Amino acid sequence: MLTVTIDNHTIEVEEGTTILQAARLIGGDIVPPAMCYHSKLKDSGGKCRTCMVKVVQGSTKDPRPMPKLVPSCRTAVMDGMVVQNITSPEVLEARRAVVEFLLINHPLDCPVCDQAGECDLQNLSYEHGSNTSRFEEEKRTYDPITIGDLIQFHPNRCILCYRCVYAAEQFTNKRMHGVLYRGDKAEISTFIQQAIDNDFSGNMIDVCPVGALTDKPFRFKNRVWFLKPMDAHRSCTKCSGKATLWMRGNEVYRVTGRRNKYGEVEDFICNECRYEKKDATAWEIEGPRAIEPTSVISQNHYRNMVKPSVINPLKEKME
Amino acid sequence: MERKIILENIEVEGIRFLNVYRKHGGYSSVEKALKTMTPDEVVNEVKLAGLRGRGGAGFPAGMKWSFIDKKSNKPHYLVCNADESEPGTFKDRYLMEHIPHRLIEGMICASYALEAHTAYIYVRGEYKYIVGILNEAIKECYQQGLLGENILGSHYDLDIYVHCGAGAYICGEETALLESLEGKRGNPRLKPPFPAVKGLYQSPTVVNNVETLSNIGWIVNNGGETFAKIGIGKSTGTKLISACGHINRPGVYEIELGLPVEEFLYSEQYCGGIKDGKELKAVIPGGSSVPILPKNLILNTLQGEKRLLSYESLAEGGFVSGSMLGSGGFIVYDEDDCIVRNTYNFSRFYHHESCGQCSPCREGTGWMDSVLYRLENGEGKMKDIDLLVNISSHIEGNTICPLGDAAAWPVAAAIRHFREEFEFHVTHPEIVRNIKHGSLAKYINN
Repeated sequence: MLTVTIDNHTIEVEEGTTILQAARLIGGDIVPPAMCYHSKLKDSGGKCRTCMVKVVQGSTKDPRPMPKLVPSCRTAVMDGMVVQNITSPEVLEARRAVVEFLLINHPLDCPVCDQAGECDLQNLSYEHGSNTSRFEEEKRTYDPITIGDLIQFHPNRCILCYRCVYAAEQFTNKRMHGVLYRGDKAEISTFIQQAIDNDFSGNMIDVCPVGALTDKPFRFKNRVWFLKPMDAHRSCTKCSGKATLWMRGNEVYRVTGRRNKYGEVEDFICNECRYEKKDATAWEIEGPRAIEPTSVISQNHYRNMVKPSVINPLKEKME
Repeated sequence: MERKIILENIEVEGIRFLNVYRKHGGYSSVEKALKTMTPDEVVNEVKLAGLRGRGGAGFPAGMKWSFIDKKSNKPHYLVCNADESEPGTFKDRYLMEHIPHRLIEGMICASYALEAHTAYIYVRGEYKYIVGILNEAIKECYQQGLLGENILGSHYDLDIYVHCGAGAYICGEETALLESLEGKRGNPRLKPPFPAVKGLYQSPTVVNNVETLSNIGWIVNNGGETFAKIGIGKSTGTKLISACGHINRPGVYEIELGLPVEEFLYSEQYCGGIKDGKELKAVIPGGSSVPILPKNLILNTLQGEKRLLSYESLAEGGFVSGSMLGSGGFIVYDEDDCIVRNTYNFSRFYHHESCGQCSPCREGTGWMDSVLYRLENGEGKMKDIDLLVNISSHIEGNTICPLGDAAAWPVAAAIRHFREEFEFHVTHPEIVRNIKHGSLAKYINN
């Protein structure tokens, strides 16, 4: 076992654990945000640079600090490593800078974006960004791309996290898309239109951290905070059949994979479960999905609410 | 201080061909290494020589070779980085075009030292004509038993292949080069693991520059200690410098490391002084990605010592008053040059060549390009200058590969040393909108 200290919290982890995974084991505010890393997608991470941390001591054997900030999602823990995340002003400044870079070409159209309420970039911006932008130039724009009946791709919002590319590569048997061009002109290839043929293509939507890939049948049918997410399962020959149903009353508006508290899908589901089982009777409903109280999705869902005791200031006088 | 190692016999007619090259002592190092030395002895000689990578980073070559895990069951590879794309650097082209066997000789010795049986030369796409020259030279070697099976009866086998890139600057970064060589998009890999552990096809790999490998034959023949006596301090041996810009004699020169910059710049043997008798304004000493230095700092350090063409001397003063030897691209600016325009040109290049994988480089290089475009065209604001410094500081050190640093350093250094020119662009838009505005020194001084 290796010992690592992150923001003064010490934990023992197994060899091969990354700093981000170790931070998640500790939990709380010290967990670095991640836009491109997804624990269930092999080789993901290291690109968005939002999870950068400062290693002030490499290991017990070699206590020298690492000269640059390192991506916590791809840096393995060494025994005796000491890491700073939110305790380092340098890290917070770098993270603020990354938010500014990501928002350069990402339109701030949250009021009309279908990802509103579920957008990781929105959360990142609130927690680590500044309230103004110094970018005065025109943002790059693309025409939306039609990707069949199920997925809507809006390249303007794409932050090139590569998650959908990895998802298509790892969960479908014929990857038909990737990244074209380079630099800030890089874009997801139009071959994506053909990726829809596969039974697991819907997972590309689930791994997208922003509103670039959205669920076409669900688009603008409802806002997520009006829906009640319910954990449900069904017997399926293609996938685990474990999903989250987004319901209003008895009507199922959308079916997605179940996400953990970092927004990462735990069980990828097939397109049959996602798109063809919109009837609540097709599912065994387990109960309401646990949502972080800080999430916009938790709005109006008074789950486990403890009512404050009624205090009547006139009570004593009346008695 | 003329000393020729790499360019030795370059003036001999037909040196490009194997028979002429061998008549002048070519491939004697291969005979010596394969027949009288063990691979580890070759590595030790290179270590003793103190040869530093000539591609730009200056990492000791012998040390890099020793990182290869020789007990690994996987095959080892040597890859020659001939993807020379840095603006202002054209030394490898000269070398491969005129004396390709120098490189192949070095590669055979290096491959033997690394116990590699396959080596690749990754050539920049724009150097397509050089692919033909290299292939011709390799063919000659196969015919005379210098490549292939049982080289010179030594029981050592080696194949060398030439691979032509598609002309992307990022493929000069060693891990992006390996991705490209594997047939994938040339995106840099995250390090660690380093190529010495997991390189080409996930196998131990050493990537060396053309000039670095071209030194190996001489080191094997003459010994590492003899090589280490050439040069100055930890900057041993000679270095090819590609000089360009406003000088009388642009070209590729081989200098002994430690030569004063002033001598290189003004002597008739090398650059021959500034063109048309004008004043020197600034020099970028190591290719466009290293910080620019104004006249006073390129000729002398802040301590008043003469600035030398060596890794240590050029770096003296850090990035406040120093620069880097880099790839040896020596770009000279005379008094009539506009630094803002040149900075904008380089910034445009790095914006175009960013691979787009990581956010700071992808978005930051484009942003700097846009702001510099405005400044250069008289549409800038005073706050843009500090904005540029701030953006470059946020890119530097936060990217997957050094392209981010390469884009950030020139901008930060140009503003550090020539801030008044940037300010003049803001305060006098009517002058800078003139496409031929040239140097602003005459206006600023008035």
